[in-house]
Amino acid sequence: MSLEEDLYKEIILENYRSKKNRSRMDDADLASEGANPSCGDDVELFVKLDGDRVVAVTYDGIGCSICCASANLLCEAMKGKTLTEAMTIIGEYRKMLLEDETPHFSEDLADLEAMQGVKHYPVRIKCALLAWNTVRDMFETPASGG
Amino acid sequence: MQQSQPTVEPTARVSLNVEELRRDFPILTRTMRGKPFIYLDNGATALKPQSVIDEEVRYYTELSANIHRGVYEFSEEASECYDRTRGIVARFVNAQSEREIVFTKSATESSNLIAYGWAMKNIKAGDEICISEIEHHANFVPWQALAERLGATLRMIPMNPTDASLDISDLDRLINDRTRLVGITAMSNVTGYMPPVERILARARAVGAVTVVDGAQWVSHATVDVQKLDADFLIFSAHKMCGPTGVGVLYGRESLLNEMDPFLFGGDMVLRVRKEKTVFRKAPEKFEAGTPNIAGVMAFGKAVEYLQNVGMEAIHEHEQDLLRYVVERASEIDGLVSYGPADLSTRGGIFSFNVGDAHPHDTGNILDEDGIAVRTGLHCAHPLMQALGIPGTVRASFYLYNTRAEVDRLIESIHRVRRIFS
Ligand SMILES: Cc1ncc(COP(=O)(O)O)c(C=O)c1O
Repeated sequence: MSLEEDLYKEIILENYRSKKNRSRMDDADLASEGANPSCGDDVELFVKLDGDRVVAVTYDGIGCSICCASANLLCEAMKGKTLTEAMTIIGEYRKMLLEDETPHFSEDLADLEAMQGVKHYPVRIKCALLAWNTVRDMFETPASGG
Repeated sequence: MQQSQPTVEPTARVSLNVEELRRDFPILTRTMRGKPFIYLDNGATALKPQSVIDEEVRYYTELSANIHRGVYEFSEEASECYDRTRGIVARFVNAQSEREIVFTKSATESSNLIAYGWAMKNIKAGDEICISEIEHHANFVPWQALAERLGATLRMIPMNPTDASLDISDLDRLINDRTRLVGITAMSNVTGYMPPVERILARARAVGAVTVVDGAQWVSHATVDVQKLDADFLIFSAHKMCGPTGVGVLYGRESLLNEMDPFLFGGDMVLRVRKEKTVFRKAPEKFEAGTPNIAGVMAFGKAVEYLQNVGMEAIHEHEQDLLRYVVERASEIDGLVSYGPADLSTRGGIFSFNVGDAHPHDTGNILDEDGIAVRTGLHCAHPLMQALGIPGTVRASFYLYNTRAEVDRLIESIHRVRRIFS
């Protein structure tokens, strides 16, 4: 176990630096903010829907590498999925971090497995879950979004 | 009880025998993440020497009695030890009388005591309170909440975003005839910056405002003389000065303390209780209702004696040396940004920084892997961070037992952060 192998893999750092999904959405169908007051992570997520299909997800805000990388991976993973499919992926991702289960992601989602090493660093798990929990909450109660 | 007391050197320019001092702190022999433990989080809380730990244990093993109540020997001794600390602390800050030292549970409780005991009674709608933008939440949120509740206006001495110092050019407008209370930190917990407190207090006195100095960071590193400082209140916490957690101090001018309302009501703080009316004791007992943290206060006395033995002047010199050294070594690191005035003589032993595009949390995580404890994030100073426009900092804060070799290890570890985030 080492930081470079578990936490700061190239794929995580790339997702951290990526600006691709880092923007605010003016015409979002759902939007919500998530924060970890203890470490200062504070992200806002925006979702564009077409019926029950996710067209796009973007995020904005400040956070550590794990928080931002996981948000970027989330945006990529949600694109084009139905809400049901999206919830399954979110469930799978949470189980990977919280229940130590080997994930079964389809090939296009294989990048998500890069986050697995985070579970060796208990204080960082909440960073890796912040964006994901925020989106899960919106999908569970879409009416509360805005 | 083995314990090596540091020797006091008679000369003015003393230097610490750090290797010897380190042996007084048992935790320094531990490892963290399999590496020798390097503690650079003194701004959060200081390590405890054996003499402090022993005194806390001694209370429970040898006395264990409540104070100011029992007629038996152990209770008498516990009362004596508790009261003795009051004298030790009074002399440490050069108060005129022991009666000016109130024990609370923290600096935070001390500021709240002033808010409830003095400010609630004396501040009205339309009055003003002036603090600064660099305050710790403990000297910020109580005044903001109070101003809201009373309909008073809260003003703030602004921060220069360039070096996180205070801009006092507008002091005469910010502290004016309507100002009833001025609260100012003597040392920032984020940058170590020590504002021109005398200037600010002088202005406050000129308009007749009551003054509160937050000494939570300052008192553990400086030679404090409250009579020279001439503030009405000074608040600080034992745990940042090698003492235990759960003990704080409110120094207050005796006349003011006696005018104030109690904050907590109950036993011990009363002279006479009748069904019709209760008569309270004078300060400081008036503010110490209920059974206090007896072991903690006793151990705090040992902590102050420990610091006095080492010498506050020597501690200050030592921290200045470490600060100059870390600033010099850090200048070799590409992309490292540090916060606080360039004139290091205006700063205590705190080095707050960020490395490239590494978030403070990431940097702290990597330092932790190397056995180095630092604080990361917003440091209970959200308004300051907002004014700087950053998501937080990594803070290395020094104390008497830190060494240049530890700074070297810190620098090495920061290089590792650079490599990972390059
Ligand atoms: C400048 C400053 N003021 C007040 C406090 C509050 O001290 P405590 O948490 O012991 O009440 C702190 C502690 O971090 C501090 O650094």
